[in-house]
Amino acid sequence: MSLLELTGVTTGYGHFTALWDVGLRVERGEAVAVVGPNGAGKTTLLRVISGVLPVRAGTLTFDGAALAGRPAHEVVAHGIAHVPEGRRLFPTLTVADNLKMGAYLGRARKHYAETLARVYALFPVLAERRTQRAGSLSGGEQQMLAIGRALMSRPRLILLDEPSMGLAPVMVLRLFDLIRRVREEGYTILVVEQNVRQVLKLVDRAYLLEVGRIKMEGRAAELNDQDFVRKAYVGL
Amino acid sequence: MIDPIFLAEAAVNGVLLGGVLALLALGLNLIFGVIDIVWIAYVDLVMLCMYLVYFLVQVYGWPVWAGGLAAVALGAALGIAVHLLIISPILGSAPINQLLATGGLLFFLQSFATFLWTTDHRSVRLSLPSYDLGGIFLPLTRVIPFAISILALVALYLFLTRTFVGTAIRAVSQDREAMGLMGANPHRIYLVTSAVGGLMAGLAGALLIFLYSVHPFFGGQLGPLTFMICVLGGLGNMVGAFVASFIMSEIISIAGVLWSTEMGYVIAFVVFIVMIFVRPGGILARRG
Ligand SMILES: Nc1ncnc2c1ncn2[C@@H]1O[C@H](COP(=O)(O)OP(=O)(O)OP(=O)(O)O)[C@@H](O)[C@H]1O
Ligand SMILES: [Mg+2]
Repeated sequence: MSLLELTGVTTGYGHFTALWDVGLRVERGEAVAVVGPNGAGKTTLLRVISGVLPVRAGTLTFDGAALAGRPAHEVVAHGIAHVPEGRRLFPTLTVADNLKMGAYLGRARKHYAETLARVYALFPVLAERRTQRAGSLSGGEQQMLAIGRALMSRPRLILLDEPSMGLAPVMVLRLFDLIRRVREEGYTILVVEQNVRQVLKLVDRAYLLEVGRIKMEGRAAELNDQDFVRKAYVGL
Repeated sequence: MIDPIFLAEAAVNGVLLGGVLALLALGLNLIFGVIDIVWIAYVDLVMLCMYLVYFLVQVYGWPVWAGGLAAVALGAALGIAVHLLIISPILGSAPINQLLATGGLLFFLQSFATFLWTTDHRSVRLSLPSYDLGGIFLPLTRVIPFAISILALVALYLFLTRTFVGTAIRAVSQDREAMGLMGANPHRIYLVTSAVGGLMAGLAGALLIFLYSVHPFFGGQLGPLTFMICVLGGLGNMVGAFVASFIMSEIISIAGVLWSTEMGYVIAFVVFIVMIFVRPGGILARRG
């Protein structure tokens, strides 16, 4: 049984259908990417998995539990942490308070100090800035805080929505290194990225999403070799 | 020429009054900052709590502290009830509907109180000693409510900054959806916020009954002032509301000795209107 499994998932906004019959799975310990052009529905896909958007049709199971129709705060409790597009930090709260909110769940609260030490070890810059307001951090630091905040809930699956968005090229490389380290810690990752070349180096498998449908699926190396993906997204 | 000692005494009285006003303003502002709805009837809830203390203490002879605790409990219960019965069903509807709903509650409470208890003014007077501080007259009946208000505000501050739930209340006010992703049920957070806001109304009522007499239209006496303080401090800005409470209470208190209390309110309103144009985001808002 896969850790995360979507079959025939359809959702949308009002009369507009943004995802059609999406099937996707993520195995334990795997890193999977979803790539696709702007407006393809990548963010929508992560939002439907984390319960921010309701599933209109199809099934969504996580570790055997049916999650379709569960609100976001219950989905987190099952072990899915979502790092949303644009980070969505609490800007006037300090770095430490943002991390504290990541551990809001009862089971995470019990291990708060221990998880915090792990997050600070992974992102030492956050420890240095712990009393600073989140809004005053640089873009890269904010992304680290958003990922650290997600780790605070002690998830089994992390959803990352365009972690490299708005970052300078040097920072993008550093951030991918950090995500690689998060992976090595044993977390399962589902990541959405525009930076196709970088993300295909990071993940095991990838899906290509276009206008709300999965168009292609394969091992990262194979997809990288496909002429179509190279031309359209990698820019070679 | 007025004796400077009277001015000094007015300034001290302003500080004493400001503490209780801050309790009211921060309670209202907390709810607004988090849930984004102004409880027009906030001070009318305070009025109900004042009646409770009046009946328990004055009529049934309860000790003052027990009457006060009962008012605090009633305030919290009213906060929860208002949220569940009135606010929760209209969350996300047009602002005008929200104003009408809490405004409707105001008229309901006023009529309800008039029907039950008539328009008589009722008060609880305690005979406590006064102190003379270098010519300034310090009655304990005002010093004690001030001290309790300040202690309550310190407790509120610690709650909002040191506890998980308190921090979550501040976080929800910034990004409700993101707080859901942290595993918090936003509706539970709203309910806790309303309970805390109601509790503060209850405490304010328990203190105000020893300073003012209560009547069904008490909300009209302090309600507009409380609302003005929140706007002056910047809606949702707790520190701003705290500072604004003392600015307003000083204006009313000092103008009260120089001219009259009515004149104090007039000046307070003028300051308020001028400030709305000069600093629409509140006294502590960043410029630009
Ligand atoms: N709140 C919304 N209301 C209505 N339509 C929306 C909403 N959010 C997204 N959409 C639409 O759904 C489609 C998919 O949007 P989504 O944000 O999931 O795309 P995306 O692949 O994440 O794009 P990007 O790369 O720009 O982030 C788009 O056509 C978008 O216009
Ligand atoms: Mg997106």
